[in-house]
Amino acid sequence: MKTNLYNYILELADNCLIAGQRLGELCGHGPSLETDIACTNISLDLFGQTRSYFQYAADIKGGDASEDSIAFLRYERQYKNVLLVEQPNRDFAYTIARQYLFDVFHLLLLEKLQFSQDMILSAIAKKSIKEASYHVRFTGDWIKRLGDGTEESHAKMQEAIDGLWTYTNELFEVTEEAKILAEEGIAVNVSTLKDLYYEKVSALLTEATLTVPENKYFQKGGKSGIHTEHMGYLLADMQYMQRAYPNMKW
Amino acid sequence: MIATNQHIEEELIPILEKVSDPEIPVLSIMDMGVVRSAIIVNGIVEVSITPTYSGCPAMDVIGDDIAKALKEHGYESKVKLILVPAWTTDWITERGRKALREYGIAPPLTPDADKDALLGDKRIVKCTNCGSTNTKLVSQFGSTACKALFKCEDCLEPFDYFKCLK
Repeated sequence: MKTNLYNYILELADNCLIAGQRLGELCGHGPSLETDIACTNISLDLFGQTRSYFQYAADIKGGDASEDSIAFLRYERQYKNVLLVEQPNRDFAYTIARQYLFDVFHLLLLEKLQFSQDMILSAIAKKSIKEASYHVRFTGDWIKRLGDGTEESHAKMQEAIDGLWTYTNELFEVTEEAKILAEEGIAVNVSTLKDLYYEKVSALLTEATLTVPENKYFQKGGKSGIHTEHMGYLLADMQYMQRAYPNMKW
Repeated sequence: MIATNQHIEEELIPILEKVSDPEIPVLSIMDMGVVRSAIIVNGIVEVSITPTYSGCPAMDVIGDDIAKALKEHGYESKVKLILVPAWTTDWITERGRKALREYGIAPPLTPDADKDALLGDKRIVKCTNCGSTNTKLVSQFGSTACKALFKCEDCLEPFDYFKCLK
């Protein structure tokens, strides 16, 4: 089995899966009908992308592996998503800030991944770019609207950005398998996206009259399976159906 | 506009034209441009379809509907989902755009049409009820992944706009 490639696909897919799961929690609970539908639409796009990745991963793994078993039957330590995407929906500002901080990275990543030497990853990226550019437009607009809105909305958005900033640096951490695959032209070396990312995010935050945080300390661990305490609850919610009724089908 | 690499055997066209998108029943999958190829190999029809959006829940239903329609005409089939080349709204045919408009969904225009409407720069999305271009974007995400929600400022009717994907 191509272990490096399998692990790299999970690294890409788990971010989409967990970000999508968090947004999906807003289904029926969004602050307004339009934002509720928007968040769940983005969630749906991310799940669609996840399915494409997991179908590919299941082919590589062979045997009984399927997109469902990869999504629902792994343990917490086996998920490779970054800590950022698993952070909870404390309020709408947190939801938007978390998604925006991911979306900017996601689009930069896909723009590179579309040139991957791996034809399937390239195809998934080409498809996903069109969706991701809509996502970042939506979340970016809301950052501006809330940041440059009322005193209260500004304070809440600033708090969300300050609270989540510590998780941004992990996005650019290069795992062992990604490093090897990047040399073969298959993976994207995410460390190369870092400067442009902070440049883009800082410009938008400034436009939204928000202060760009100046953290010196950043959290990491998600890519190697060491997650924050929120992850266990998220997985319990996401997996309970498959755990309670093994192999059940929708 | 007909996309490149599209190859569909003549005799299969009338059958596939009868299959519609379950979320937009007036639009056949042929006019939608999601059928990329349909060829007969050793008596079995191999159909390739491509999703409009990655998470489009209609794709599974479309696949089943294609197999069912072909079966009714005596064909066994295999339906395959392909991602390349990625679907764009240019693949919706002229007939498809007309069907959308009549159904109350404004057909796609330019990639920035909805953003322009939001910022008030240019208003080009026509109300499907009264034809006015005095329309406003309510939400970039509408009832399905492929649509945005608009409102007409003249007749006050809300309507869907099929987002432009290039």
